[in-house]
Amino acid sequence: MPRLDALRGQLERLGAAASSQVWRLGYASRFLGYLVLHSGTALRRFRLTVAEIYFAGVLSLVIILVSGLFVGMVLGLQGYETLQRFGASESLGVLVALSLVRELGPVVAGLLFASRAGSAITAEIGLMKATEQLSAMEMMAVDPVARVVAPRFWGGVISMPLLAALFSAMGVFGGYLVGVQLIGVDPGAFWSQMQAAVDVRNDILNGVYKSVVFGIAVTWIAVFEGYDAVPTAEGVSRATTRTVVTSSLAILALDFVMTALMFTGTEK
Amino acid sequence: MPEHPIVEIRNVSFGYDPARPVLRDIDLAIARGSVVGIMGQSGCGKTTLLRVIMGALAPTRGEARVLGHATRSLDRDGLYAMRRKMGMLFQFGALFTDLSVFENVAFPMREHGRLPEELVHDLVMLKLQAVGLRGAAHLRPTELSGGMARRVALARSIALDPHLILYDEPFTGLDPISFGVIVRLIRELNDSLGATSVIVTHDVQEALGVVDYVHFMADGRVIAQGTPDDIRASPHPFVNQFVNGRPDGPVPFHYPAPEYGADLAAA
Repeated sequence: MPRLDALRGQLERLGAAASSQVWRLGYASRFLGYLVLHSGTALRRFRLTVAEIYFAGVLSLVIILVSGLFVGMVLGLQGYETLQRFGASESLGVLVALSLVRELGPVVAGLLFASRAGSAITAEIGLMKATEQLSAMEMMAVDPVARVVAPRFWGGVISMPLLAALFSAMGVFGGYLVGVQLIGVDPGAFWSQMQAAVDVRNDILNGVYKSVVFGIAVTWIAVFEGYDAVPTAEGVSRATTRTVVTSSLAILALDFVMTALMFTGTEK
Repeated sequence: MPEHPIVEIRNVSFGYDPARPVLRDIDLAIARGSVVGIMGQSGCGKTTLLRVIMGALAPTRGEARVLGHATRSLDRDGLYAMRRKMGMLFQFGALFTDLSVFENVAFPMREHGRLPEELVHDLVMLKLQAVGLRGAAHLRPTELSGGMARRVALARSIALDPHLILYDEPFTGLDPISFGVIVRLIRELNDSLGATSVIVTHDVQEALGVVDYVHFMADGRVIAQGTPDDIRASPHPFVNQFVNGRPDGPVPFHYPAPEYGADLAAA
């Protein structure tokens, strides 16, 4: 009997944890609905959103561009090493470009965006809550979701696809530097094969869709965690960590689902 | 009971957990134009009462009428319309750290009015002059001392010329000079704006010098009320201990513990 009781206790704890997570997901979804419905201020006074594009997007440029360059250079090295075994080193441009626009651009830029901008958004909103700035706004009859959260949300959603595009562009340039300038692959073959093989709808547009979805997911998680943070130093620290962990896992899971939906059956 | 009170709390109870009410059957009324103190020990429910007055919490029983509205019946827009006539000074100012002193005071004007920027500028300067910080308009909140931050927050709370100003522990952590300045400003601004002020505080001696009337709270109830002189002369043992700062009394010096001798013998 004690063994049965222990098992029941474990099952109860598992059920409570699962139900709490479902409740939290529902709460976050209602928060997103409220946020979208109260986005009038962020769109009408677009300079508020532009300021957040600067904080989330422009200030993330250095890490995105440098990472994109190095990822592209590594792809150039690894790709050449593999392709030359089959005498297909001229296809290096195709390999670099497809890897970046389909997968690495949106995914790695998304992960970097979550770490750099997502954590900053959560910490900022959480600290505003802890120092009663959000309550002060409420008391001034200003809705903090409309005035503080919505501009940050739309700023992040707009920034993310642009950052992913820049990441991919820098990656292609990094692949070119290593493949063409360093190793000596023919530049004509590098660019022309890339141009012929990369399809705007199937490859580039699908990559853009991914980056938009990742942008929404990361920024939604970041603003929700900040707004829902326990208003103490420890609470904000935990919320920031949760933002990075949850958004990274969300990006990887969403990437798998979207890849399965987008690219299954398109290959000849 | 004053005639046509600006705040009327009728038989209000509130609790996050029904088994442990924070406020119990509170009855009080605040007269227009007065400076009223809600005093008591930390955790006695005075900040919760303030949150009921601002409409942030709905009473579980009873009714809170503020500026003529029953707060429980107001929707979000109604609540916001009521709050436009209220100002609130938070314990540590709650200034927006990404805005300058000028922008902090201009914030409510810019959010609610479609005033020309020149007029906003002049109004902000007027408010900052009233708290003596016109020269600090360009500073960031991180460059201000605690007392200055409190004064900027005060200027922001009166930006829209409120009818009712709420103060949550306005004297906490202030040096004597800043304290004197805040006390003077609370009285002067209340009288010059024709407003009503509610001060929630446990700094009894300091607050008794500025308020017209006091509601004294303990354990979620109002246990005494009257003018500052009434409170100083109150025979209530708890009020007497609190006002005179006696270490022992109804609130004991020792936290409940087993017999001292038994504890020593155990070692």
